[in-house]
Amino acid sequence: MTITDFLFFAFASVTIAAALGVVASKNPVHSALFLVLTFFSTAAIWLMLEAEFLALVLVLVYVGAVMVLFLFVVMMLDINIAKMREGFVSYLPAGILFAVLFLAVMVYVVGGVGTDVMNTAALDNAIKRAADYSNTEAIGEILYTDYVLAFEVAAFILLVAIIAAISLTLRRRTKTKYQTPANQIKVQRDDRLKIIKSDDEVLK
Amino acid sequence: MIDNLLIFALDIWNWFPSGWQTFLLILGKIVLILAPLMLCVAYITYAERKIIGYMQIRIGPNRVGFRGWLQPIADAMKLMFKEVIIPAKSDKYLFLIAPVLSIMPALAAWAVIPFDRGVVLTDVNAGLLYVLALTSVGVYGVIIAGWASNSKYAILSSLRVGAQIIAYEIAMGFALVGVLMASGSLNMSDIVEGQAGGLAHWYIWPLLPMFVVYFLSGVAETNRAPFDVAEGESEIVAGFHVEYSGMAFAVFFLAEYANIILISALTALLFLGGWLSPFEGWLGAEHWLGASSFFWFFAKACIFAFLFLWFRATFPRYRYDQIMRLGWKVFIPVTIVWLFVEAVMVVAEIGPWAV
Repeated sequence: MTITDFLFFAFASVTIAAALGVVASKNPVHSALFLVLTFFSTAAIWLMLEAEFLALVLVLVYVGAVMVLFLFVVMMLDINIAKMREGFVSYLPAGILFAVLFLAVMVYVVGGVGTDVMNTAALDNAIKRAADYSNTEAIGEILYTDYVLAFEVAAFILLVAIIAAISLTLRRRTKTKYQTPANQIKVQRDDRLKIIKSDDEVLK
Repeated sequence: MIDNLLIFALDIWNWFPSGWQTFLLILGKIVLILAPLMLCVAYITYAERKIIGYMQIRIGPNRVGFRGWLQPIADAMKLMFKEVIIPAKSDKYLFLIAPVLSIMPALAAWAVIPFDRGVVLTDVNAGLLYVLALTSVGVYGVIIAGWASNSKYAILSSLRVGAQIIAYEIAMGFALVGVLMASGSLNMSDIVEGQAGGLAHWYIWPLLPMFVVYFLSGVAETNRAPFDVAEGESEIVAGFHVEYSGMAFAVFFLAEYANIILISALTALLFLGGWLSPFEGWLGAEHWLGASSFFWFFAKACIFAFLFLWFRATFPRYRYDQIMRLGWKVFIPVTIVWLFVEAVMVVAEIGPWAV
């Protein structure tokens, strides 16, 4: 077993264990953290596939931003854990059905024709890139030439989604007090302070 | 005698299989980076207390050792021998994992930092992305610490940190995109080499707004004053680490200062030409001031580390809504506008980059 094999099996088993943990752990915060671990070890496997751009972006976007917000929401919820556990058995058949379905699709795609599940010969024939091969550059070149239209459309859809999400949640509350920093900076002495002559002789 | 010892040592070294030799070599390099880093972390705490002391016309620590030089060692000893108290209603595993999660990214990011030409642990192509990805993971330590402590102040703090770090990370990412456009590479060494040619060729000039945004976002990311609402002594005691004691607390402390050094080093590398000498074009490489060396990298990083301490002694804490306003409504628009400006400059071939 080479070091690459060892690393692959280590990360793969962590991925699977963590994915099981997402489903099986009682506490939703633990589930979210297991999902973070799943993403992380998946990123490590992608890194071994010489897809360093995808791996690092997975960590950056999903682990660094999406899951933080996810965790945020889950931490704030007051969840009745006993109630959440109730449906486990009744949902199990549907869950298993989908798991088998996904597995079948994956075996079909990875295994080529779907007969040889562990098609190791195909893996050995995979192109090993040179050390100076840049996955980032390769993706960039293809994304901005061949797939530029699809890429722009996807970006546009995301922009619309952002605007929609903001306009749905934006509400102007009239009763809250807030300060405008620009006005705070603009303040002059004369706006706040008035000097009046006093007749009070006692002070003198 | 010494020759014999050397031969003996070489024999032991050759006894290892070649795979193990590589492994041990990498391990040795990691130790060579981390040991001085930890020393720097210890002495930046001393520097902070001294510098802020002088700024406030005090002396600062001056009892342990000559002029207080042994103070950080004494602090470390004290923290090591204190009991780590785990609150009864806390989530014990997460409570203990949290400090580790906060220091791990701060140390792991040093794997791609070049200290001098060719002096780097791994010279990967996606170095900049790697640093960005790892620094974004650091927030978990704080959030998990706040939640696992099962304490009101701690959870308040972790919520503040979560929102703050996400807000500033976007601006930070955009600022790095600016550097990426200027250098045309994600490799840290290439980014530094792209700034060769002396003071006038550094990216700080064409990317001045990016530089300001990057460094200030770095201050906000490390939860330092004036963005330290996460700790906010006067509001929520100590924030996310209010329940931590002894070594568990010390690890958070180490992570904060390791992050300060990391941000200082990154700012020096990305905008101030890292190990390159500012007098490159004028003095020539023969003169010691004109030669590029680790000294310049260290000096530049020290300037930024000093700024961190200076900020703390100077500015009052931002109010939370002001932090959010600065992050979302000032920094992000500034970076986006400058990305457009930079794109126009690249197309028109104005500026130091030749694409």
